[in-house]
Amino acid sequence: MKNSRMCKIISNHSIADNMYLMAIESSIADRARPGQFIHIKLPYDDSLLLRRPISINNVDLDKGVVYIAYQVVGKGTELLSSLESGDHLDILGPLGNGFSISSYVETVAIVGGGCGIAPLRYILDYWKDRSYTAFLGYRDGNSIYQLDDFEKESDNLYLTTDDGSKGEKGVITKVFEREVDMVRPQLIMACGPTPMLKQIQSIANERNIACQISLEERMGCGIGACMVCSCKVKMKDGFEYKKVCTDGPVFLSDEVILDENVQFSC
Amino acid sequence: MKMSNLAVDICGVKLKNPIIAASGTFGFGEAFTSYMDISRIGAITVTGITLEPRLGNPPPRIAETPSGILNSVGLQNPGINYFLDAELPELRKYDTAIIVNINGNTIDEYCSLARILDSHPIDLIELNISCPNVKEGGLAFGAHPDTVYEVTKAVKANTKKPLIVKLTPNTSDIRETAKAAVEAGCDGLSLINTLLGMAIDIKKRRPILANITGGLSGPAIKPIALRMVWEVAQVVDVPIVGMGGIMDGTDAVEFLLAGATGIGVGTANLVDPTACVDILDELKDYMIENKIEDIRDLIGALRI
Ligand SMILES: Cc1cc2nc3c(=O)[nH]c(=O)nc-3n(C[C@H](O)[C@H](O)[C@H](O)COP(=O)(O)OP(=O)(O)OC[C@H]3O[C@@H](n4cnc5c(N)ncnc54)[C@H](O)[C@@H]3O)c2cc1C
Ligand SMILES: Cc1cc2nc3c(=O)[nH]c(=O)nc-3n(C[C@H](O)[C@H](O)[C@H](O)COP(=O)(O)O)c2cc1C
Ligand code: FES
Repeated sequence: MKNSRMCKIISNHSIADNMYLMAIESSIADRARPGQFIHIKLPYDDSLLLRRPISINNVDLDKGVVYIAYQVVGKGTELLSSLESGDHLDILGPLGNGFSISSYVETVAIVGGGCGIAPLRYILDYWKDRSYTAFLGYRDGNSIYQLDDFEKESDNLYLTTDDGSKGEKGVITKVFEREVDMVRPQLIMACGPTPMLKQIQSIANERNIACQISLEERMGCGIGACMVCSCKVKMKDGFEYKKVCTDGPVFLSDEVILDENVQFSC
Repeated sequence: MKMSNLAVDICGVKLKNPIIAASGTFGFGEAFTSYMDISRIGAITVTGITLEPRLGNPPPRIAETPSGILNSVGLQNPGINYFLDAELPELRKYDTAIIVNINGNTIDEYCSLARILDSHPIDLIELNISCPNVKEGGLAFGAHPDTVYEVTKAVKANTKKPLIVKLTPNTSDIRETAKAAVEAGCDGLSLINTLLGMAIDIKKRRPILANITGGLSGPAIKPIALRMVWEVAQVVDVPIVGMGGIMDGTDAVEFLLAGATGIGVGTANLVDPTACVDILDELKDYMIENKIEDIRDLIGALRI
């Protein structure tokens, strides 16, 4: 059974500052949905024990290829970035609950920040017949990736960089808040740093717009057994901890409580 | 060649092989059924159970350290009633022994849990007096021989099920706590639980775990676990379930040689959902290659 998880890397190259795109040949391609993730075992270094969760960025159904777009932030992603085509990876997946769009929804706003843009890309290809407005925030001009794809596949696009080197200067949530009443999406789909998600959550909440957000948490098993990947979900009297790996990573924004101290750079 | 015998006896319960999924790393088994046939595992220890449901500690609850992990789950579980009503009937559909890991804040709570379990179809009780991630109970009982004796004796009086006491490595001499548990009447011992540890993020100048400290497990603790299993095997006669960093068949053989009858697989389940059966297959291969017909010939067979 062990080897059935081994997949071949087709390509792996830099697409922006510190950002890589890897194509993996895998039989999971046709099962993968937007917002789901794969859990990658790191080769060559036994001291890096845990798998790394990375969202599905895109899928090429004809070639049976799954793409991931990932930022190098530590030892594991550093190692991933050094792999070459022909190398093999042991992956589990597709895991978790992804995004979903009800049949009546026609207009969708996509809001992504930094490497949080990566999990949103496949939405555009998976549900081709919706009208998308994309709000994308990057750190600076050199951090921009896959902008062309979003330009091509969405009807409208807003771009910000923190330093103003491309698009508007500032954070994407400001632009989103300014434009949302004009765009009037029936559904918001968002991924990014926790402070950003908190703002999207309240913008959606104030206007009563359905909103799905993709969360991150440190993981162990990735399959719902070890209970380490918890996030707060509202209950009648307070909250309970749910599992990001199997109850999420995509949640309805009004069901979760986002804690500022649980913050990831990515 | 004749099929090798893999069956072992743990406290009067016959396991088809010595592989035991360790508590807290296997949930109630359901997550693994799509990856392997869990009936192939000798026994499954369910997640730590308490009388009432427990929320667990705030996240982050896991940190990777060199060849190890720290966890601070804090016994998040749905409580004994939910376990008995919803999880146990599902788990019983599989042909594997079931060990229930019980946790309390007080001796009374441990006793109530044992009493409740007495009338249910479970095979063994594992008394967890070694959880480093809860304020009360856990380590407070496990670190000293006199409290180990007291809680073991009380629990034993409340159940007819075979009782395994799970020992902590966070104590000055594990042989003393082991002997105390055996004197109090336990039928077996499991060791080791996690070692108390810590990890720091220097960019944020914060501990990585929200709970600040957590329990270390995985290959990083294997030499310590192996030494402790060997030490304890020298001073007690009850069967030992050895665990701590067992990731492959070689590790399993090492623990058997040191004196373990059961092979507990914990952290490996977090890395590979098929770890338990992979380790079992490797153990079988080792026996065939070395012409060992009965696994019991390996237990405690270390040459000194
Ligand atoms: C469901 C999910 C989807 C993700 N999708 C993407 C993606 O598409 N692109 C991308 O660039 N990143 C993504 N991440 C974040 C990615 O998992 C981490 O950046 C990565 O694990 C860091 O590993 P490292 O060894 O380089 O960093 P280190 O900091 O050295 O890692 C140490 C440990 O902490 C964990 N860790 C560190 N940062 C994170 C984080 N942000 N989230 C979860 N665990 C973390 C690691 O997995 C590892 O166990 C996703 C995370 C989750 C939970
Ligand atoms: C995420 C996690 C949760 C755990 N939960 C429990 C528990 O509820 N009860 C218990 O007795 N031990 C618990 N343990 C300890 C393991 O059962 C085992 O004793 C320890 O991890 C050492 O074995 P290993 O190195 O193979 O993981 C837990 C360990 C981990 C990693
Ligand atoms: S990572 Fe193990 S339960 Fe989510």
